Amino acid sequence: MKLAPSRRLAGISVISALALTLAACGGGDGDDTSTDGDTGGDNGGGATSDLSGSIAGSGASSQENAVGGWIAGFTEANPGVTVSYDPTGSGTGREQFLNGTVLFAGSDAAMSEEELASGVDRCYGGEVIELPLYVSPIAVIYNLPSVEAENINMDPATIAGVFAGEITNWNDPAIADANPDVELPDLPIVPVNRSDESGTTENFTEYLTATAADVWTHGPVETWPISGTQSGAQTSGMIDTVSGAEGTIGYADASRAGDLGTVAVGVGEEYVPFSPEAAAQILDVSPAAADATDLRLTIDLARDTTEAGTYPIVLVSYSIACSVYETEEDAANVAAYLTYVASPEGQDRAAQPDVAGSAPISDDLRERVTAALDQITVAG
Amino acid sequence: MTVTTPPVPVRTTRKLPKWAPVAVLAVSLLLALGIQFLGDGPTIAGVFFIGAILFAILMTVTSRVVEGERWAKDRLATTLVTFAFIIALIPLVSLLWIVVGDGLTRFSWDFLTTDMTGIFGQMVEGGAFHAIIGTVYVTGIASIIAIPLGIFTAIYLVEYGRGPLSRGITVLVDVMTGIPSIVAGLFAFTLFLVIFGPAYKAAVIGGVALAVLMTPVVVRSVEEMLRLVPNELREASYALGVPKWLTIVKVVLRTAIAGITTGVMIAIARVIGETAPLLLTVGIATGVNWDAFDGRIATLPVFVYRQYAQGGASADRAWAGALTLILIVMLLNLIARLVSRYFSPKGVR
Amino acid sequence: MAVAESPPSDPEAPPKVRVGRTPGRLGNRVFQGISTASGIFILIILAAVAIFLLVRAWPALIAAPSAFEDVGFMLGRDLWSWVWPLLFGTAISSVIALVVAVPLSIGIGLFISHYAPRRLAQGLGYLIDLLAAIPSVIFGLWGIQWLQPLVSPLFTWLSTNGATAWLEENVGPTIFTGYQAPARNILTAGLVLAIMILPIITATVREVFLQTPRLHEEASLALGATRWEMIRQAVLPFGRSGVISATMLGLGRALGETMAVLMVLSPGYLINFYLLQPGQHQSIAANIASHFPEASGLGVDALIASGLILFIMTFGVNLIARWIISRRAEFSGAN
Repeated sequence: MKLAPSRRLAGISVISALALTLAACGGGDGDDTSTDGDTGGDNGGGATSDLSGSIAGSGASSQENAVGGWIAGFTEANPGVTVSYDPTGSGTGREQFLNGTVLFAGSDAAMSEEELASGVDRCYGGEVIELPLYVSPIAVIYNLPSVEAENINMDPATIAGVFAGEITNWNDPAIADANPDVELPDLPIVPVNRSDESGTTENFTEYLTATAADVWTHGPVETWPISGTQSGAQTSGMIDTVSGAEGTIGYADASRAGDLGTVAVGVGEEYVPFSPEAAAQILDVSPAAADATDLRLTIDLARDTTEAGTYPIVLVSYSIACSVYETEEDAANVAAYLTYVASPEGQDRAAQPDVAGSAPISDDLRERVTAALDQITVAG
Repeated sequence: MTVTTPPVPVRTTRKLPKWAPVAVLAVSLLLALGIQFLGDGPTIAGVFFIGAILFAILMTVTSRVVEGERWAKDRLATTLVTFAFIIALIPLVSLLWIVVGDGLTRFSWDFLTTDMTGIFGQMVEGGAFHAIIGTVYVTGIASIIAIPLGIFTAIYLVEYGRGPLSRGITVLVDVMTGIPSIVAGLFAFTLFLVIFGPAYKAAVIGGVALAVLMTPVVVRSVEEMLRLVPNELREASYALGVPKWLTIVKVVLRTAIAGITTGVMIAIARVIGETAPLLLTVGIATGVNWDAFDGRIATLPVFVYRQYAQGGASADRAWAGALTLILIVMLLNLIARLVSRYFSPKGVR
Repeated sequence: MAVAESPPSDPEAPPKVRVGRTPGRLGNRVFQGISTASGIFILIILAAVAIFLLVRAWPALIAAPSAFEDVGFMLGRDLWSWVWPLLFGTAISSVIALVVAVPLSIGIGLFISHYAPRRLAQGLGYLIDLLAAIPSVIFGLWGIQWLQPLVSPLFTWLSTNGATAWLEENVGPTIFTGYQAPARNILTAGLVLAIMILPIITATVREVFLQTPRLHEEASLALGATRWEMIRQAVLPFGRSGVISATMLGLGRALGETMAVLMVLSPGYLINFYLLQPGQHQSIAANIASHFPEASGLGVDALIASGLILFIMTFGVNLIARWIISRRAEFSGAN
């Protein structure tokens, strides 16, 4: 294979960048490596890097807006790299990642053992890296134009009862007792769910199972288990359905709640409305998953937490990559991109309400993420 | 057409004056308004709905009394046919109204000439240039495959086809018409998956998927038009010693060219807005992809759906994209009409 | 083809009696060859689609019922009890669409071809052609934004009026029982489908009505027929096969329509005729689009199997339609 001069140059600079990265890794100084990875080949000089090439990703549509922001920010610093992200859905994203269609994936769920096993082949003998880089609060939204209060308070058991179809009117004592200052209308409750397979549904039902298993008896599911309900495909379908009639209640990515009312969720003794900060807290109170490693930073969310000020209904979406890539170009580009995503700048950008309204990850988690990204190398 | 418009048979019964329908309509609307006042109060939709029913009844009864039963039936038919048209127009006009109204918020020269590179969140910039190029590519590829294939198959069916093969093709073309678009998408996806491997994504995959959908529509409309060419024309041509293939090209196709062009336009229109197969096969991109054989490419329908799904400021871009799509189709339609006017033999309708 | 033209006929040459070779034989053969090959190629494409579907669906078709328990979206059902309600939902939405769209289309076709002033008619035909091109996504958006709020009062009335209430009390639930806003039920989906297929059916129907032999029409009028009688005697019989094939074209789109149904319907997997209740029905195509992105393994096979069944369904419908048309073949000009 004959390389064009520019590509050969880029390759050389990438190799030197990787060498730097490895050296820094040996020194054990994580923060410095992250800056190296971020700007790629510093030795090329100037504010922009000389990384070049293109990397394609696909997967969770929940990440779409955030990824849009990240790609824009990353491309500013690395104009030579084209990043694309196809919001095909988590399952397709993982599949396309494993069969080599894309270099990185976004997924609302961690990989299964089977997938991890086939990931070894895909990663040229390396391992799959899973990083929780997108944490987004899920808002419980309702359409009650007559209620002026900013939030309606609901305990976990009440939310479960509403969605299980056991609490059917807005003036039910279970809701009224939690909202002494709000005048609730005498209106039937119309619960709305997602009609497609969705990470939002899975996270929401996981929350219901963790906090009110005796009311919500269907367990954590990706597909809504109750028939005869109002539902919509994708977040837009959910929002349209909830907006379409009075008395509806649903759940959706908090950044899309718009003018709809949102529920303040009962945590311990208080009611917590969603906010990025409250949502970010849950990562700090949650333990790592049983099969987590240094490369797979999967988390077992403590949804039944009673920690004050924590918003427990969140969606954690993982960025998935390989520890080993076929070419230097791929390895350097993916590492640089994900390092940017994990950087304070990248996380802050996604947290903007007009981008994705996500919850920024903590410094502690960032350190472990960068350590994992430093492991990315080239095959052979 | 012009010949049939004024039927002037000899009549022995009296005929209602020309202003009668207008008068009956006015009376019906007033009555409807009155009825609405007795109820919950008038609404525009209610007055027209009840007024229309009253008009149909009153007009028929009046005509029955004055003109006799046959003419009453004729008037009822006229009323119903006109109502059918108006009823159909309501959703169609409202749809255009919404698309144009909401589309104009973001529609501009900039929208047509920029792509979505670097656009994220609630930014209002960005446009559909990349998606327009993609739609032209994908639909163009589909047309290159489907139009010749469809026209020749139709010629085979009408002019040559005899026996079981022809019958089989006719039946199976019908079946093909019923292929759900998403299945066509899956077919194209797997076809290229097998040949080029899983990482290959290109406009040509979407083109093949759309061609599968488009071909039977072309065959059906062209076949229908060719069958309407009177046999006398063919026989006259043969009698002059013109070979069969030249007869087909110069007489049959020439006579049917207006219908064929319309049929092809309908076929293009049928596929240009297909979303499901393109979601599966070509994905979405944020920038222009000039290479039809490599890389994912954005298309207008997928662009519209993705922008709608993103919500917020993107929803305006979705409507503007829809408006763009309709304008493109309008342009194609205009070209088709000019072509058919230029080519169709003079003196035929 | 220009090459083939030269030997038999040279317009400049003096006319002479030809002996032996038939004129344009090579041209005929080439032209017939291309045409036949095109026809056969269509068969190959169709076979490829069918074979692919069958091969991909096969694992689901032979899998034990218990194997589907792991497939989330099938909700613990086996393949057949999962597909059957989808088939029903597909059929019922398409039937609603046809019941609404076909009479309207015939009316519009007649209006444009025989009632409207000629100048106006062309413009109206143009408008309807345009609407055939509106992408289904837009129909979905329109259904959500415009149609659902519009039909909601009507549905409320249908569901709560005296007659429905009386029937519910004395006979049992009716098809209008239990409307719940927003109007995301199978009737709304059927109406959206009807509007979508309206321009497609109308475009063909109108063209066919316009092709009615002038002599037939004039003969009818000359005998003293009213315009309506002329239409019944001359236009409708002539256009019948065109109407049926246009209907099939519309049915094809209604059966396979994905995005609009996906967007306006709250899906469910039940078999009943409660047209106004949400979460009762779902069409096969919308179901595939909804679950395919997140499906894997046997789930993909099951979805493709449902696509295969939809394919077979259209096959059956079209065979019946073809049979009806073949009985009317005498109206074709080229037989």
